[in-house]
Amino acid sequence: MAATQVVRSEWTKIRSVASTVWTLSLAVVVTIALGMLITALSRHEFDRMSRQDRLTFDPTYISFAGMSLGQLAMIVFGVLVVSNEYSTGMIRTSLAAVPQRGTFLFSKIAVATGLALVVALATSFVAFFLGQAMLGAHRASIGDPHVLRAVIGGGIYMTLIAVFSMGVAAMLRSPMLSLGILMPFFFLISNILGNVDATKKIGRFLPDQAGSKIMQVVPRVGEDTAYGPWGGLGIMMLWAVAALAGGYVLLKKRDA
Amino acid sequence: MIEAVGLTKRYGDKTAVYNLSFQVRPGAVTGFLGPNGSGKSTTMRMILGLDNPTAGQVTIGGYPYPKLPNAPRQVGALLDAKAVHGGRSARSHLLCLAQLSGIPARRVDEVLGVVGLQEVARKRSKGFSLGMGQRLGIAAALLGDPQVLLFDEPVNGLDPEGILWVRNLMKALAAEGRTVFVSSHLMSEMALTADHLIVIGRGQLLADMSVTDFISANSADFARVRTPDTEPQLREKLTSALTEAGGHVLPEQDGALRITGLPLPRISDIAHDADVRLWELSPHQASLEEAYMRMTQGAVDYRSTIDQKSGLMQPLPPGAQPPMPVPGQGQPDWYAPPSPQEGGQPFAMPQGQPGPYGAGQPPAGPYGAPGAGQPNPYAQPAPAAPQAPAAPPAPPAPAAPADLTKPEDAR
Repeated sequence: MAATQVVRSEWTKIRSVASTVWTLSLAVVVTIALGMLITALSRHEFDRMSRQDRLTFDPTYISFAGMSLGQLAMIVFGVLVVSNEYSTGMIRTSLAAVPQRGTFLFSKIAVATGLALVVALATSFVAFFLGQAMLGAHRASIGDPHVLRAVIGGGIYMTLIAVFSMGVAAMLRSPMLSLGILMPFFFLISNILGNVDATKKIGRFLPDQAGSKIMQVVPRVGEDTAYGPWGGLGIMMLWAVAALAGGYVLLKKRDA
Repeated sequence: MIEAVGLTKRYGDKTAVYNLSFQVRPGAVTGFLGPNGSGKSTTMRMILGLDNPTAGQVTIGGYPYPKLPNAPRQVGALLDAKAVHGGRSARSHLLCLAQLSGIPARRVDEVLGVVGLQEVARKRSKGFSLGMGQRLGIAAALLGDPQVLLFDEPVNGLDPEGILWVRNLMKALAAEGRTVFVSSHLMSEMALTADHLIVIGRGQLLADMSVTDFISANSADFARVRTPDTEPQLREKLTSALTEAGGHVLPEQDGALRITGLPLPRISDIAHDADVRLWELSPHQASLEEAYMRMTQGAVDYRSTIDQKSGLMQPLPPGAQPPMPVPGQGQPDWYAPPSPQEGGQPFAMPQGQPGPYGAGQPPAGPYGAPGAGQPNPYAQPAPAAPQAPAAPPAPPAPAAPADLTKPEDAR
């Protein structure tokens, strides 16, 4: 069966290259370490916070603070998994071996997504527990309402970031171009659009802002988003699906 | 069997391949020749279903590649030796491909042995030389033990031992009844390896025939005759006798005669009848390279011009020699004189050019004219090139092209 062959081959491909292994490890380390640092800092800050800030303090969400940086490593992982084929020229050998391009692309993405999901879920849980340990008295418990949803959602969020990047890389093919668009997009543009009043409403529908809603347990004051936590994750999933569909259509149509 | 019918590929305005129809048969090595940019690689990619033809189709065993059942076990290809992730070891690279094609892992070690890369199998391919990369690419093509093999420039970067190995490998694969389709720029290599040739230029088919047919159809065999140097009148006599008999006679630089249109025994008979003694009567066959150059001269996209270096030219120090033009540089017709049928000068190759087919002769051989008075053989066949103005008698005629660097160094 072609799909299982691609899955085995892709697993070998990811394992046998240092860059994919390293970027995934980096995503784990950065997310957890930065999460611990920020939770530790906010524990000290808590006493100096305003009353309103204390009321809306979200110990779960703050333990995922490291994801803002860790997700960049996830982006690099997603881009590398796909664009390595193009930058090395191996795509031709691969497509000659598996002429069913859809099978090839989606099996490849399934392997990388599966791996990313396992790593991201583990990261999310570790980041939560270590973050709560840092928070001391202000900590949340995994049994609190919505907390488990937020922790699992955090793992899915990071996975979807990687999937979206894979779709973009499948469309653009070049790793430099893909990273050059994705990095500023998630690091700058999304933040800018989300913080400027005029564009706030649009910004909320960007993949990262919509998706990160799943990690919030305590709603923010004055926030009236049109979607709930799962709705937000759904929006993010739509982005990822759209990117993958674009990548698939182009791969199907284009000369390799 | 690979079969192309009316294969056409356009990229925007540029037509890379136009109306190409050919068959590549099993049991033979088929060489695929053409100048740079003539569409060889595009054709190879279309055969593998990587590029979609604008028109026409190409099939392998009757199927278009994407519909071919179990394609990787039927067809193996080396397209680009550098298409390897540098951070992956040779073995992992082949393992990925084997798994992708459903080939057991032990086959990986087999092909590593076949191409002689066992020792570096676990090293990252980043450090590989081009030759090692070619071996790795050939190993990948052999993985599925396929009946149809495509190789794009397989000997690039290989050492002589490697070239010999590839040559024997291709022949062995063909002898096993497989279809072997090899593109190359190295004519001498193709002449030794291929049984059949497909030549394209500017994306169109120029020839589809056996190597021997190709050479004889695109070149003229000639005989070289040398009469005693001491008696020039014998030369005149023989020339007129041969012309009378319907031969085409051309005097050569060193006093020999080039004769086309007459078989060797007939030349000998005529000389005997005319009472002319011969010091030499030798058959010469043009090489595949010459035949190829003649055929493709109109279809070359990238052609070098003379490097005038006018912006860099230093005034020559007094007494220094101006550099000699090097044959083949910026002289478009150097290789491809008009064919003898058109009454031109056949094979005005620069004399002394060492060629495996004996087209050249040593400039100062035992039969040669006294070396001192002889004009530099390299300066001769270049009417388009600036002739060295009143060059002093060249240093003892250079026997090897390496000597050409001498005048350059003198600057």
